[in-house]
This record gives sequence, structure tokens and C-alpha cells, in this order.
Amino acid sequence: MREVCIVGVGMSQWGEVWKKSLRDLHTDAALAAVKYAGVDHLDSLYVGCMSGGLFVGQEHLGSMLTDYMGMRGLPAMRVESACASGGMAVRAAYIEVASGTSDIVMASGVEKMTDVSGDDATYALATAADQEFEVFNGATFPGLYAMMAHAHMAKYGTTREMLSAVAVKNHKNGAKNPVAQYPFEITMEGVAKSVMIADPLHILDCSPITDGAAAVIVTTVDIAKKLGKPYIKITGSGVGTDTIQLAQRDDMTTIKAATIAAGKALKMAGKKIGDINFAEVHDCFTIAEIVVAESIGKYAPGKAGAAILAGETAIEGKFPMNSSGGLKSKGHPVGATGVAQVIEVYKQLTGQAESGRQIPGNPKVGMTQNMGGSGGSSVVHIMEVA
Amino acid sequence: MFSSRNWREYPHRYRLEASKFKKSGKTYFPKRAVDPETGDTEQEIVRLPNEGKIVTYTVIRVAPSQWGDISPYGLAIVELTDGTRVMAQVADCNVDEIKIGMDVRIEFRRIQDEGHHGVISYGYKFVPKWF
Repeated sequence: MREVCIVGVGMSQWGEVWKKSLRDLHTDAALAAVKYAGVDHLDSLYVGCMSGGLFVGQEHLGSMLTDYMGMRGLPAMRVESACASGGMAVRAAYIEVASGTSDIVMASGVEKMTDVSGDDATYALATAADQEFEVFNGATFPGLYAMMAHAHMAKYGTTREMLSAVAVKNHKNGAKNPVAQYPFEITMEGVAKSVMIADPLHILDCSPITDGAAAVIVTTVDIAKKLGKPYIKITGSGVGTDTIQLAQRDDMTTIKAATIAAGKALKMAGKKIGDINFAEVHDCFTIAEIVVAESIGKYAPGKAGAAILAGETAIEGKFPMNSSGGLKSKGHPVGATGVAQVIEVYKQLTGQAESGRQIPGNPKVGMTQNMGGSGGSSVVHIMEVA
Repeated sequence: MFSSRNWREYPHRYRLEASKFKKSGKTYFPKRAVDPETGDTEQEIVRLPNEGKIVTYTVIRVAPSQWGDISPYGLAIVELTDGTRVMAQVADCNVDEIKIGMDVRIEFRRIQDEGHHGVISYGYKFVPKWF
């Protein structure tokens, strides 16, 4: 296995981007990454996309996107694992470069979610749950995470304030991120008073519906050195799965898929969770950040909520989480999210995060945790300063 | 919903049929070919018990369109008396009364329909045991 690194990153505009189509968004991100890295060609493309079919009626993205980015003939395929599609695309690119099959691979992600009604978007997202035994009975994604929240509150005494603290912190970080969909701060009271979506989750506990794309260039260390651009190494990559149905989990207050993925990634990198300086985690709902922080082993079960409330995971805290603003404030174009998490770690490790959200103390090791559905799949990457 | 997709689930939705594996004695709902813990394929088809306790729940207040007329509605995961867990709506009570630990039983109900000439899908809902 060869050493692998990230040398170029690019993002489209994120938000309700009604002037741009799925192909436009992807082209913007892809060309930005190519330009940034200064590569003269790509060897292949892996594009993460949860549901081009249901959101815009478009599948077969490998063909369309390579054509529209001006690279007809480029080997390309789509990778799907619900909201973890982007992270899985990064992993596919990582494996292709590590194996020696290719030298310069793009991992990208894209989702165009606002071309359909809210009801259709809810349906498309819900296909990441068990269609015949959850969605059939009226489950929505906020509903599934709400059930995890009630179970977590009952078992560990997790509170409304702890949930709100996740949203307030992430919006505080996102307010300093120029690509964030919702770059503004919110208050604890504002979260608790916002409209209820699925008890106990209010709308400000939920990540938004977002259009957007993100792309990274994955390559060898030798090529990165020749390009002369800042690069970071991918030293760990892990994937885990669990039941698609929440009801069939042994314990609904933890995400076993994330535990497996983090364990595998840490082992590959030869690291312990205590060696990780900061993380971008999948905060599709506020409760998710709490559960994930425990599932990856950073906090003992039931302890993450209090730690987040106490500020331990703020930019200047002991273990910053979601310095980008997370899915909550930056936005959540589902297939692109996992790639954007890698971009945030790249920016932090190369000292390029915007003023006010650059993590102090020159962090050396960052982690991304991306997950699909209610935790049926998860992918974790560990990246280090080269 | 295509009628075959609805019809195919009748054993689960109408009769609560589940797989009980020989080696582990564990029951899985819906039915499946392989015991995920032992790899065993020898099984018998059993019917789930129809009583249990709510282990977690939510109240869906922003609902998909097919449930707009009954929104807000309760949704719960219930552990049945044999230890199997099932997710379904909670009917016949004020949503503010739903709580963890509540005793419920399963009843056969209309779940959703597709309007004129569409399939009407039936299945199971939980109702409080105080009825």
C-alpha cells in the first residue's frame, strides 16, 4: 500500500442554489479542486451522491459529470451509502491510489435537493431508512433521530440544553465560514423555542436541505510534493455498518457503525482516539453529534452532552468538533457532506481555515466521521499533517 | 405503491409473521433467511406476541403528506413480550400521553392509501392497553 494524500480541494456554492443544476454544482467544485491542486489530468473519479434519481430524476452520474467537467472518457462511477456517500467516495479514491491502480483520483460529492417539494425531499431522504418497516409506518428522519434522543435522555439524563448547545456551537463556527448555508449565530433560547418537528427535536436541532458539491484530489505523496501545494496525509480509513432499522439495534443510544469505522481507522493509523486533535462529525441532528462523540470513543456513554455544554468541543476547547459549522450551519447536501468534512480537515491542518475558526495550537491530526441513515453505515478518515 | 409490493408484505403486516431460528432461539421481524448472529438458516415461522412496552418514541409534527390528516401522530419502538422490537404508529391516545414504559398492544389498522383507485395499505399500530 502506498501513502496517500489530499492535495487539492474545491467546493461549489452551498445553499438554496436555484440558478445551478446538479451538473453545474459538480462542475464548479470539481474544476476548483483541479485548479487548486494544479494537476494536468485525473486518472479516475468517484462521485458520492445519495439520490440523484429522486431529487432531480438523474442517475448515471459518472457519464454525465465527467462530460460536463470537460473530461470525456475519464473512468468514473457513483458511490452510494445514503448520507455517507461522500465519505465512501473518498475511501474508494483512497483505495485506488493506495493500491497503485491510479495516481491522481478525484473524490467528489453532489446533491441538488431543492428542486423538489419539501414532501418529496422528505421521501427521498427517508429512502435511507427501512422503506417497508419504518417509512411505511410514518417514520421520517427527524423522527428516527428523535427516538434516539428520547432513548438517550431516558438512559443518561441528556437534556434540552445539551442538545441546544450543539446547535449554538456549530452555528457560532459556521458564522465564520464563507461557504455556510446559514452563517449566523443562534441562541439556546432560540433553539428551544423554534418549531417542533419531531419531539424532542425542534427545527434548529435539524440540518437543512441544501444544494451543493465538494471535491478533493487524492494522490501519492511524490506527486503532491512535485505539485508544490500544501497537502495532508490520509493515514486511516474505516467503514462500519449496522442494521438499517433503528428498532433492530441492540442499543439505540449508540451508533455501532461509527464505533466499528472509528476503530478500524484508528488501528490503520496506529492512533488512539486521544491522539486526535479535532473532528468533523455527522451532526445531521443535534443528538447525532452527542451520540457520535460517544460512539467513536471520545466520551464515555452519556458524557458527551455535558462536555459539549461545558464548551469542551468549541474551537478553543480541548476537542473541537465541527469547526466548519457542521451539517447544522454549513448545510447538508447529503452526497457532498462527507467530502466537505475532509476539506475542513485539510483547511485546518494546513492552517487555511478562516479567521475565528482556525483551531489554535497547530493541530496535527484530524478525523472525519460521516454516516448514512440513522447510523446504518459510517465511514471515518484520519488525516495528518504531512 | 405497487400492489405486489404491498401484497408481498401481508405475512408481516397482517399476521406479524417472524423468523425464529433453531440454534439461537431468537426471533427476528420481519422474516429473514439467515440468523445475523449465528449464520443459522434453520428456522420456524412464528407469530409475534401482540403486547409490549414502549422503549422510545417521538411525535411527528411535520408529517409526510399521506399522514397530513392525522398529524401530529405518535411513532414508537415497542419491545414485545418475547423481546422482539417493532416500530409503528401509536393510535387512540392524545400524543402528549405517550411515554417510555407505556403498555401497548398491537391492532390491525389502515396505514396509508393512494386516493382514487390506489392501493389501501393495512398493517399494525400500537394502542394503549388502558382501552
